[in-house]
Amino acid sequence: MADQEITLMKGNEAIAHAAIRCGCDGYFGYPITPQSEVLETLAAEKPWETTGMVVLQAESEVSSINMVYGGACTGKKVMTSSSSPGVSLMQEGISYMAGAELPALIVNVMRGGPGLGTIQPSQSDYFQACKGGGHGDYHLIVLAPASVQEMADFVDLAFTLAFRYRNPAMILADGAIGQMMEKVVLPPFKPRRTEEEIIKECPWATTGRVGMRQPNIITSLELRSEEMEIINNRIQAKYRKIEETEVRYEEFMLDDAEYAIVAFGSAARIAKKSIEVARAQGIKVGLLRPITLWPFPTKEVCKLAGQVKGILSLEINAGQMVEDIRLAVEGRIPVQHFGRLGGIIPDPDEVVDALKRLF
Amino acid sequence: MTREEIIEKGQVVYKKPTLLNDTPMHYCPGCSHGVVHKLVSEVIEEMGMTDKTIAISPVGCAVFAYKYIDVDWQEAAHGRAPALASATKRLWPDRLVFTYQGDGDLACIGTAETIHALNRAENITIIFINNAIYGMTGGQMAPTTLLGMKTATCPYGREVSLHGYPLKITELAASLDGTCYVTRQSVHTVAAINRAKRAIRKAFEYSMQGKGSNLVEIVSTCNSGWKMSPEKANKWMEENMFDFYHLGDLKDKGAEK
Amino acid sequence: MTEEIIIAGFGGQGVLSMGKILAYAGLMEGKEVTWMPAYGPEQRGGTANVTVIVSDDPVSSPILSSYDTAIVLNQPSLEKFEPKVKPGGTIIYDGYGINEPPTRKDIEIYRIDAMDAAAEMNLIKTFNMIVLGGLLKIHPVVKIESVLAALRKTLPERHHHLIPKNEEAIRKGMEIIVKQ
Repeated sequence: MADQEITLMKGNEAIAHAAIRCGCDGYFGYPITPQSEVLETLAAEKPWETTGMVVLQAESEVSSINMVYGGACTGKKVMTSSSSPGVSLMQEGISYMAGAELPALIVNVMRGGPGLGTIQPSQSDYFQACKGGGHGDYHLIVLAPASVQEMADFVDLAFTLAFRYRNPAMILADGAIGQMMEKVVLPPFKPRRTEEEIIKECPWATTGRVGMRQPNIITSLELRSEEMEIINNRIQAKYRKIEETEVRYEEFMLDDAEYAIVAFGSAARIAKKSIEVARAQGIKVGLLRPITLWPFPTKEVCKLAGQVKGILSLEINAGQMVEDIRLAVEGRIPVQHFGRLGGIIPDPDEVVDALKRLF
Repeated sequence: MTREEIIEKGQVVYKKPTLLNDTPMHYCPGCSHGVVHKLVSEVIEEMGMTDKTIAISPVGCAVFAYKYIDVDWQEAAHGRAPALASATKRLWPDRLVFTYQGDGDLACIGTAETIHALNRAENITIIFINNAIYGMTGGQMAPTTLLGMKTATCPYGREVSLHGYPLKITELAASLDGTCYVTRQSVHTVAAINRAKRAIRKAFEYSMQGKGSNLVEIVSTCNSGWKMSPEKANKWMEENMFDFYHLGDLKDKGAEK
Repeated sequence: MTEEIIIAGFGGQGVLSMGKILAYAGLMEGKEVTWMPAYGPEQRGGTANVTVIVSDDPVSSPILSSYDTAIVLNQPSLEKFEPKVKPGGTIIYDGYGINEPPTRKDIEIYRIDAMDAAAEMNLIKTFNMIVLGGLLKIHPVVKIESVLAALRKTLPERHHHLIPKNEEAIRKGMEIIVKQ
C-alpha cells in the first residue's frame, strides 16, 4: 500500500483503514448496522499480521467498551465502534473511563431511535454524546465528520486529543456518512508506539511495575467525599481548558449572510446544497458547521447572533443541538429547528422551505 | 530476639509476603479474602512476576484489593473484569493478567463476560471467591446462595419456586473448550490453604504458557453476611457448602500430554 | 460539470455495484464522487437505490431533492423517481422491468432492453453493465476506459477474466439504448 493512496470507500471502511494507519493498538467491537463494516474491514485487513494491532469481536457492546477500558488502562491506543443502541449499552463503561481519565476512541455511527428504532441514519444521539450520556459529571470530546475524508482524518485527531487530555473522545457520525462512498486520501502509516514509548509517555498506565516503580492503580472509585470533590474539580478544570482550546468549526458563505444554518455531519452537507438553492432564490444564507460538538463553538454562534437575523438549526433529530445554539445567542435572535425523524434525511428543498416558513 | 535477629538466624517459619502492604484491610475478621490475598501475593512474588503483573479488581468486597497488594491494578465496573483482562492480556501478552472477583460480580452481573473470556481461551486467570452471598452491599442473595439459605433478599430462605437454583458456574466453566485449568479450592485449614496456593500457582503458570483460560474458585465464608462467628462459619461451610460445591480439580488440560 | 444520478431497481439487479463502478471510474478521472446507497434490508430482494454524483467540484449534499438522470429498473422505482427528475433531465428504463413507461413530456426518455439482451447473450450477471453502457452512450459522464480500469481495480483478481465480457456488455448497452 502506498502511503498517500486515493481511493473510493465507505465512511465505515475509512475508519478501519485510518485506525490501522494511525498506529492504533487495539479494536474491540460488536456487529450492529449501520457500522459493521468497521469490524469487517479490520478482520479482512488482518492488521495483527502487519502492524500488530489487536482486533477482537466481543460478546456484546458492554464487553467491547470494557475491553477498551482495560486496554486504555495500559496506555495503549484502543477504540471501539458501534451504532446508537450499542452505544447506549456502552454508557456505563464510558462513564468509568471519563472518571478514571482514560484516553480512548468511541465511534458512534448513529441510527434512528429510540429503542431498536431503525437502521437508517439519524443524529438523535447528540444529547447522549455531548451532555454526558452515562452517570456523573463528565464530557467526551466529540468530533462530527461530514465526509468520508473526515471519517479517516478524525481517527488520528481523536486519539491525539484523547491522549492530550487523558479523556475519551468520540467520533459522532451517522448511517449516511458511514455507508456512503467518497474519494478519500488515506493518511500515511504511523508506527505503533513501542512498549518503552508507552511506558515513558503514559507513566500512569498499568503496564506492570516496570523497573519496580510504585504500583499504578486505575480507578474511578473514591469513597471519601472531600477527595471525590477534588477529583471532580480537577476533571472540570480540564474540561474548561478543552473548551478554551479545542473548539473546531467550519464557516461557509457567512460573510454576507442574513440568516445562518448551524448543522453538523451529514446535515451540514445537505445545508450546503440548500444554501446554493436558497441563494439562487435571493435568500442570503450561510452555514456554521461545528466540527467539535463538545466543546461546542459557543463563542462563534454568539458572534453570529450579532450579524444574522435568525439561525436555523438543521439536525436529523427532533431538536437537540438547537438548545446549545439558543444558550449561545442568549435570546438575541430567533433560533428555529428543522429536522426529520425516523431515519429520514431531509432533502435540500425541504430545508429551503423550512427557512422560508420559519423566518 | 529482634525481627532482624530472627531473620538472620534463618528461623523464619512464617512471614507476610512483601507484596502485601501494611494498609489495614477493610475485610471483616474471619473473612477468607485476606488469606487469598496473601496467597496471590506469595505466588506473584515467588514467580518473580511483580514487575509484570496487571491485576483487575471487581465490584464487591474485593473492590479495594488494589489497596493491599502492590502490583498494578485496574478497577473494573461490576462484572466486567474479564473483559478488561482479555484486552489487557492481548495487548501485553508477556504480562501476568488475572482478575479477582466474587460470586455476584462473576456469576451474576458478569456472567457473559466470564463465560466468553474463558471460552475465548484468553490466557488469563480468574480468582473466584464464592461465599454464596453479596457481602459488600450487606448480605443479599447471590446466584450461588444455597437453597434454604437466608439472606437479606430471601429472608425466609432461598426457594426454587421464588429464586431458582444456585449456579455452579465453575462446572459450567469446566465444560468450555477454552478453559485449561478449572479447580475448586477452599482456605479453611492449613492443608486447604496450601492446596489453594498450588492451584493459583498452576493457573498463573498455565496462563503464562499460553495454555488458555484458568478459573480458581475458592469456596469461602462470609461470617458477617451469614451472621455467624468465624469459627461457626467455617463449620457451616464444611457442612453445607462443600456438599453442593465439591472441592478439587474439575479440569486440568495443562497436565495432559 | 456535475451529474446527479439515481439508480433504482430490485435488490440483486446490481444497482449498487453499477453505481460503485461508475463512481470509481469518476474517481479515476480525478473527479469528485459520492455514492450514497439506501442501505438495509433492500439489499436482500426489496427495492434498492443508490445516488451517484460525479462532479468537477466538491460534492455538497449526498442526499438530493431531484436528479439529472434516473435509471429505473422496476415499476416501483419509476413511480418513485419519475417526478424527481429535473426538467430537461433524463430517464432510462429497462423494457423488461417496466410495463407502464414514463409519461412526462419535459424530460428525455430512453428505453434499454437490457434484461432481454443479457438473457440473449447468456450473460445475465452483466445486466447492470449493459444498462451502464446505455447511460454512457447518452451521457458520457466517464470514459469507457475508466470503467474498465475501475473494474480492474474493484474486481478481485480471480474475476479479472470476466472483464472482456463486461466490456462486451457495455458496448451492447450503447447499441441497444433507444430514445422514446
